[in-house]
Amino acid sequence: MTDSPLLRVEDLHVRYNTPTGIVNAVSGVSFELGREKLGIVGESGSGKSQTGRAILGLTATGGQVSARRLEFDGTDLLNADTRTMRRIRGGCISMIMQDPKYSLNPVMTIGAQIEEAFLVHRPSSKAEARQRTLDMLSAVKIRAPERVYRAYPHEVSGGMGQRVMIAMMMIPEPDIIIADEPTSALDVTVQLQVLAVLDDMLSDRGMGLIFISHDLNLVASFCDRILVMYGGKVVEECAATDLEQATHPYTRGLLNCLPSLDGKRDELPILRRDPSWLTDAGPVE
Amino acid sequence: MIDIRNLNVVFGHGGNAHHAVRDFSMRIEAGQSYGLVGESGSGKTTVLRALAGILERVARVSGEMSVGQESLQGQQRSRDFRRRVQMVFQDPYGSLHPRHTVDTILGEPARVHRLDRIEQRVVQALEEVGLDASFRFRYPHQISGGQRQRVSVARALITEPEIVLLDEPTSALDVSVQAEVLNLLMRLKRDHGLTYVLVSHNLAVVAHVCEALSVMQNGSVVETLGVQQLRDHSPQMPYTRQLLTASFGYDRAAIDAFEEFA
Amino acid sequence: MAEGMTLRGWLLAEVPNSKWQARAQRFYIGWLEFRRNPVAMIGLLIVLGLIFVAALAPWITFSDGLEPELSNRLQAPSAAHWFGTDQLGRDIFDRIIWGSRITLYIVGLVTIIVVPIGLVIGIIAGYLGGLVDSVLMRVTDIFLAFPRLILAMAFVAVLGPGLENAVLAIALTTWSPFARIARAEALTIRNSEFILAAQVQGVGTVGILTRHVTPLCLSSVIVRLTLDMAGIILTAAGLGFLGLGAQPPTPEWGAMISLGRQYLIDQWWVPTVPGIAILVVSLGFNLLGDGLRDVFDPKSGG
Repeated sequence: MTDSPLLRVEDLHVRYNTPTGIVNAVSGVSFELGREKLGIVGESGSGKSQTGRAILGLTATGGQVSARRLEFDGTDLLNADTRTMRRIRGGCISMIMQDPKYSLNPVMTIGAQIEEAFLVHRPSSKAEARQRTLDMLSAVKIRAPERVYRAYPHEVSGGMGQRVMIAMMMIPEPDIIIADEPTSALDVTVQLQVLAVLDDMLSDRGMGLIFISHDLNLVASFCDRILVMYGGKVVEECAATDLEQATHPYTRGLLNCLPSLDGKRDELPILRRDPSWLTDAGPVE
Repeated sequence: MIDIRNLNVVFGHGGNAHHAVRDFSMRIEAGQSYGLVGESGSGKTTVLRALAGILERVARVSGEMSVGQESLQGQQRSRDFRRRVQMVFQDPYGSLHPRHTVDTILGEPARVHRLDRIEQRVVQALEEVGLDASFRFRYPHQISGGQRQRVSVARALITEPEIVLLDEPTSALDVSVQAEVLNLLMRLKRDHGLTYVLVSHNLAVVAHVCEALSVMQNGSVVETLGVQQLRDHSPQMPYTRQLLTASFGYDRAAIDAFEEFA
Repeated sequence: MAEGMTLRGWLLAEVPNSKWQARAQRFYIGWLEFRRNPVAMIGLLIVLGLIFVAALAPWITFSDGLEPELSNRLQAPSAAHWFGTDQLGRDIFDRIIWGSRITLYIVGLVTIIVVPIGLVIGIIAGYLGGLVDSVLMRVTDIFLAFPRLILAMAFVAVLGPGLENAVLAIALTTWSPFARIARAEALTIRNSEFILAAQVQGVGTVGILTRHVTPLCLSSVIVRLTLDMAGIILTAAGLGFLGLGAQPPTPEWGAMISLGRQYLIDQWWVPTVPGIAILVVSLGFNLLGDGLRDVFDPKSGG
């Protein structure tokens, strides 16, 4: 990275008050994001999704977010007012979620939704919005943009729906995309094709990506750097190519317990959870 | 043990007819583990459900199916079949009745088949899947996804079946939990001499559990092969090779070479 | 229960040791949830109050409220007669208390008829689908189309006036929505994997309907019932008002209003007090129903 990081997160905490006590969904996560693809990997309950939402101020009601620093390009996100956050969300940092069935408005045409996303952040004429929308649909490799423009979300396949989501999130030209399990609901070949589209758009525009997933191998093959989360903490941080040399026992455990096409057919080694992982300070920088 | 010939399943009528399974055939020997692999819409789950006799009433099923000596007619199944053939479902959150305790869930098949020593069987089944007796009177919402899936497996074992049909049994589970459940399934197979039919979209899981598999696409079988061919990276059909490549992760050159299979 | 364990401890124990303990625990947690809603608690208290009052009627009234005492006509509320006396000199307080039994009788009888019929028709239609569903739903539609009061009047015209006939008429016009609710739930549930699992086990259709489908439909039906209860009581009161339900001298609240309405201006207590009783009880059931719905299905906000 030659220029300064786009996003700085230092000591992020997300806490929920429940009838049975305080739940620490995220406990002291720190990282920086430049114009690169950063993967955050973890199992359910690791806090990876909560981290993504906290960055955008989308933590559910009842959750308390605190951090020593949470900055995008110099702007403080933690204490930003509503107006600033609204400008940042979508315009500077965007989010792609898992299932387009649930994240696209079922009663609006695809074209209308994408236009709306555009006009909110870049006010211009309807004609220009329409043209940009069609251009964006072509950019995500949709072969018949006019038809998809007029279609409703339920009329298109999962892979196409996710590409529509990408188009919608890219059109205001943000600097960072946070993708939370963007391909988990898709077939394997479609997953990879969608990621290829995303990859092209990211590099064309020099954007940063936070890719949140439970799929360690996918993240390792797609991203540049990886963070492994467990129990709300980051337990491992490494370059994607160095994953095989990971040191933390949790990461090693995860790597070992995956069934593999090339491996032997014996019993899979079980991940033994060590309670000390929850209290340790995390990887040494 | 299991013999299916020219199975066809159609949903809907006329213009809306959806031919979910086309001329599907499969032979499985006793004690074998057989995989059915495919992407969504391939018909693999429909085949499993047709075999189990639990397709919706509106489905039109034709073809010949037999299990052991018993020939299967339509979607009706004998009591004996229901004892010998069991199933584990994909969604740990949907395959257990939310208002039944684990004890009730496990006791039901025993009662339906009028088995003796029900309580003993329940406790034993729980032990076999690695859950202790404290789980007996819990409700599904009180236990984790991996534990629920173990209860599903225990439920499948209560009637001492010969064949277990597994519909994506670990797809909804965390990776570490998946490993435990896969180990459990392998151990049970060895201990009880079970025959497995495993449906999955995950080639690595199928390679780990099965000896042979059929690859399906759009309702038809694209290729039938042994697991060793997968490991040697030598499947015949381009579709299978593409699936295999995709299972290794993101490789741009490979992805650009992906074909659109109509 | 273990030595020295309190009831509360047993209800909150980590590991239930029997089916009954597990059920009791679930009920207890639901109860704690319900208790947090003050408005729902008011509803519950009113309904419990109704039952309490009806049960203890012989001990908290001074008379059976049926004997006329013409020398005592139309007395205003006083220490001797808390709610005053009616046009035949009967103590209104006593009549209200005895009338609560009739209200409970109506509520109970309607419930016993309506819930099983609605549930059975609804779940069979929803689960089996196809022709059975169409036929049953058309039958339901027919009953749904009848205006309650008109059908009740027609019934009573045929069978003669009387409380039982009025209740029967009310029940026949009330069961349809419950069938629809049960059917809607059954439709949602029928493709669930736990139902498929039960089929794989070899559980027959009857077993699936009784042990798997019904428990899940029950909560919606119960909530709807409590919310409809107000309407049922008011219809019974309306019939009583028209002289078609309970016959004099039975102290049914609606009949009391009807016979007392001419005294509204000068002796307001005669029709007003039974009116307030109906209002309070209807409100009580309504609030209880709302509270139950919040506990059973917190997602249906509002």
